[in-house]
Amino acid sequence: MPSRSGLEPASNASTLPVVEHTLDNGLKVLIREVHTAPLASVWCWYRVGSKDEGPGLTGVSHWCEHMNFRGTTRIPREAVKGIIEQFGGFWNGYTWIDQTAYVETASADALDRMLFIEAERMAHCLYHPDDCEAERTVIISELQGGENDPDELLDHELTAAALRAHPYRHPTIGWLPDLQSMTRDDLYGYYRRFYVPNNATLVVVGDVDARDALALIRRHFDPIPRSDLPRRAITREPDHVGERRVTIARPGTTGYVKLAFPAPAFTELDFYPLLVLDAVLTGAKGLSLWASFRTPAPQRRARLYRALVDGGLAASVQGALLPTEHPFLYSISLTASDGIELARLENAALEALARVRREGVTDAELVRAKKQLFARLVFENDSVTNVAHQLGYFETLASWRALESMRPSIEAVTAADVGRVAGEYLADTRRSIGWFAPTTVPATEEGGEAPE
Amino acid sequence: MPSSLAPVRRVLDHGVIVLAAASPATPAVAINATVQAGGVFDPPGLPGVAHLVARVLDRGTATRPAERIAEDLDDRGVTLSISVNRHVLTLACTCLSEDFEAVLAIVGDVLEHPVFPGEQVALRRAELVTAIRQDEDSPAAMAGEGLLRLLYPGHPYAVRPRGTVESVSRTSNEDLRAFHRARFAPSALSLAVVGDVEPSWAVEQVERILGRWSAPAPSPPDLPPVARPSARQRLVLPMMDKAQADVAYGFTTITRSDPEYYAYWLMNHVLGQYALGGRLGDSIRERQGMAYYVFSALDANVVPGPLVVRAGVSPGNVDRAIASIDEEVAAMAREGPTAQELEASKRYLVGSLPRALETNPGIASFLQMVELFDLGLDYDRRLPDLLERVTREEAHAAARRVLDPGRAAVVVAGPYGDRLG
Repeated sequence: MPSRSGLEPASNASTLPVVEHTLDNGLKVLIREVHTAPLASVWCWYRVGSKDEGPGLTGVSHWCEHMNFRGTTRIPREAVKGIIEQFGGFWNGYTWIDQTAYVETASADALDRMLFIEAERMAHCLYHPDDCEAERTVIISELQGGENDPDELLDHELTAAALRAHPYRHPTIGWLPDLQSMTRDDLYGYYRRFYVPNNATLVVVGDVDARDALALIRRHFDPIPRSDLPRRAITREPDHVGERRVTIARPGTTGYVKLAFPAPAFTELDFYPLLVLDAVLTGAKGLSLWASFRTPAPQRRARLYRALVDGGLAASVQGALLPTEHPFLYSISLTASDGIELARLENAALEALARVRREGVTDAELVRAKKQLFARLVFENDSVTNVAHQLGYFETLASWRALESMRPSIEAVTAADVGRVAGEYLADTRRSIGWFAPTTVPATEEGGEAPE
Repeated sequence: MPSSLAPVRRVLDHGVIVLAAASPATPAVAINATVQAGGVFDPPGLPGVAHLVARVLDRGTATRPAERIAEDLDDRGVTLSISVNRHVLTLACTCLSEDFEAVLAIVGDVLEHPVFPGEQVALRRAELVTAIRQDEDSPAAMAGEGLLRLLYPGHPYAVRPRGTVESVSRTSNEDLRAFHRARFAPSALSLAVVGDVEPSWAVEQVERILGRWSAPAPSPPDLPPVARPSARQRLVLPMMDKAQADVAYGFTTITRSDPEYYAYWLMNHVLGQYALGGRLGDSIRERQGMAYYVFSALDANVVPGPLVVRAGVSPGNVDRAIASIDEEVAAMAREGPTAQELEASKRYLVGSLPRALETNPGIASFLQMVELFDLGLDYDRRLPDLLERVTREEAHAAARRVLDPGRAAVVVAGPYGDRLG
């Protein structure tokens, strides 16, 4: 057991009151007491995502996530539902390029049950062949539902073009042929390789006593043995030598243009200057994948909004620089206004980017971008679920202590830094450009409308 | 048990209702201004006006040009979102506590003095046209709209909520101003302020900013009665280039103020909400692996709203999915929820209240719902009992009254032929 003093979070104002502990089996534990509501949130994070998938196995991380809700040796499939619901809680999971995460948030007296579920999930999932088949079709339905949206289809195609070698290039949901051919043993083998305590972070935030919570965590997780992790050989993306293009010409009503540029990893020095640049161009999104979906960016003064949306060329503009372990992409997504030529929209966007490369940003833009980012850091921590998400997300990528340095890192960015990263990262030779060019207006006339 | 919300509710002299609650967990404040100015108030033959008003409302006032509002919001990191549903238009934002007065002043100004500048109307109209065109390319949107056409003939609910390209193109600046004159007034507004701010001081600020607003009370909506369909109806909207078909399947139900509401709520929760989509999720997603999403949603509202089952399935599974929905719907009507199911849903709904009331925007929305349906300031404390009291017989009676495959409206939008049936 850790000493009493080892359980006292640092109280210095510049540090977060987080209790950090590593179990003997390598499981990293982060606990933060928050007593504003009678709730607790548990997140269990694994350092495995779609970048870890080899040939033939694209989509396996996400499929495993689905399987890990389908029963364990001590939680029969029929009993999965109800454990958290009886405490008024919700549960969910997500998979992305670097991580797979599971969450329960419920009344704080459900803590023991939430930890039980996560311990079971780590060590004892069943992967019954019938369940694997049922999830195969559920996931194919998820893929096809997503591709009903032309913007999502374009995103998959452009990402695969912008990245040639790094496994970030394939969509997290996987390529359809792999989803059709993967076997139960592929899934189970992958689960056993990566779902081990020394590849995981367990986060508890809420109305709990840190000492009691750690004792409970040890009771549930200490029996799970550590296991050697496979070596992960990943090709670094080679430098771009020229522009790349993708055009999808399909029936549709609306055109989309997407630009993508190789971006720095979260831990690289250029990450924050590029984050500020994105705020200047498209408005600040903040740094929470879980929370930033919910509130659109403040962007009416943002450069691309003014040039393209106020300019009448686009109905929407969205930028995305997401914190990732390896260098990924900075993307700008545009929805063409009805009747606007995609070439005209693209040219206007590229002209705005050329200007920021040439001239950099103004002091007023810098001040506004920082204020927006600071406000987002406040807004995105408004619930125990969101606070716990951020701790686990950054511990999985780098270290949870990155949360403590976000504000000073943003503060330290200068206009010169932003101008420099604009020149470097938005260079013509590094860009990839995607179009969804609708070919015809699909028929939406009504088929059979008749009482039976 | 959680401590109660105990919000402050003050009716200002001219009728504005202010709802305020302190929640100092983060140095931020949520503002939610809800006006009874939803799509049902669109002028006859001109659908989409409320939506266009929402897009232009904050793009210029008598004293603040669009540029200035943009700057005042963006400089503070504030996203002001304006949304519209059938009955209300809502301005919502979260700001840092230090910016509360300045942001409230903008919200107040936008509500009282919008001018709908010509160039802004033109820009936002083009955006709305694009959004309508995107809907026309979305099987999910088309299935949902199609279902309401079948369920609500001759009612504003049947009209596409954003209007059509044609109606929106025809909407003039003067139509927007007329809508604002007719529907925006102190007596049509309730304004919630929740967060790191003292409630009585928040009320004073609202009074200071909006206290001199004078406008006649809008007329109540004149809505036709809602009839229960007498036969099954089916509609296929072929979108052959899509990857997946969307199914929308539903019935008309009751109003939110109906005393049976809690029985309907629990019945629907068992049918299509509990855990991953209730009984529907068990059958269609878990056992048959046919759909990534399937659920049912109950929208008991100012009028008898719909109960809608939604599912996204591959084209080959459409018939099987509809047959499975029919089966679950018929079984629920025949037998009602089991005692165990009813108990599980009650525990879940009662227990989830602290989560619903955890964040400032969550509390603000809850207070607005309480106000819109006149549920009382102690509703958060009464709700557990209202749910607990529902008997299995009452939930079963609710199911019997609305769930009948023979009267269901069924819509399929997507890559599916028109041989349904």
